[in-house]
Amino acid sequence: MTEMTQDSPKRGVPLWAQILVWLGLLVLLGIVALGLNRAQQGTVQPGEIIPDFKLTLFDGYTYQEKTEISFSELRGKVVVINFWASWCKPCEQEAAGLEAVWREYQPGGEVVFIGIDYVDTEPEARGYLTKFDITFPNGPDLATKISQFFRIKGVPETYFIDRNGVLQYIQVGPFTSETQIRQQVDALLNQQ
Amino acid sequence: MKKTLPILFFSALLLLFVFSPVFAQSAGPTPSDDEVNAVAKQLFCPVCENTPLDVCPTQACAQWRDLIRLKLTEGWTEDQIKQYFVDQYGARVLSAPPLEGFSWFIYIIPPIFLAAGVYIVFRAFRAMRKPVNAAVQETPVQTPSDDYLRRVEEELKQRK
Repeated sequence: MTEMTQDSPKRGVPLWAQILVWLGLLVLLGIVALGLNRAQQGTVQPGEIIPDFKLTLFDGYTYQEKTEISFSELRGKVVVINFWASWCKPCEQEAAGLEAVWREYQPGGEVVFIGIDYVDTEPEARGYLTKFDITFPNGPDLATKISQFFRIKGVPETYFIDRNGVLQYIQVGPFTSETQIRQQVDALLNQQ
Repeated sequence: MKKTLPILFFSALLLLFVFSPVFAQSAGPTPSDDEVNAVAKQLFCPVCENTPLDVCPTQACAQWRDLIRLKLTEGWTEDQIKQYFVDQYGARVLSAPPLEGFSWFIYIIPPIFLAAGVYIVFRAFRAMRKPVNAAVQETPVQTPSDDYLRRVEEELKQRK
């Protein structure tokens, strides 16, 4: 009996197969961990420098006679970036207020408002812009590249960026008053 | 005057009958809900998590389905519409992601794990069968070699 056990060849999963399976598992776990980490990160945080991005504007909208805005060209100005969508009811609450405040600051040339239309359909987006008579530069977030960078959690969300391109304040959800918008813009204008 | 009125009426009716298909063709026939959903089910709502566009109940999804209907009316093909959605909202809207970048893992990892699983189960079954075969072979080998047992068996036969 003992002899037979010794004679039979030792059979099991080959080493290369074991390594391959463990490597596969590790890669899979790594991907899941990366995804979870990204999901828990939340939006970009105040204090972070916003890197350059480009926004192609809707037909009829221009900034300094250009149909595309490059964020890096806005250095030296206070920038207010508002993410919105035509299907978003809370966005409607603040749309008129944002436009009113933009009209106040526009002549000074120190503040730029940018509207970024998040996963929307163009006819409805145009209807929304017409309905609220929005004149500040607006464009669609093509392939959701900009919103993915900002890691927005929904709409509306508004980001206040100082003259050095550093994010200073995030408003998640709609503004309750125009004063709330003015306070944030004034705080950034008064920064040295 | 009494005679001309019916003539004018029927002439107008005839013109309407003759030209209405022409107008209808230029605008394109309105696609049915099934035709719209055939495209929509290949896309996922970019806002709601893991919800196919054809069953998504939100206003945003209703707008996207209307957009699909509009594009179909304009004569766009399924592929053109899907590409438009990818350009607008990114590749994540596709129910079957394209074979590029990290999406490769989606197509490669499951078959690899399935093959590895089948291989492991196969090996496990083979290992379970081995001792049974060994025991069967063992019995005839051991009996004749044992002199004492052979003699006991012979005596038992004689007593019978």
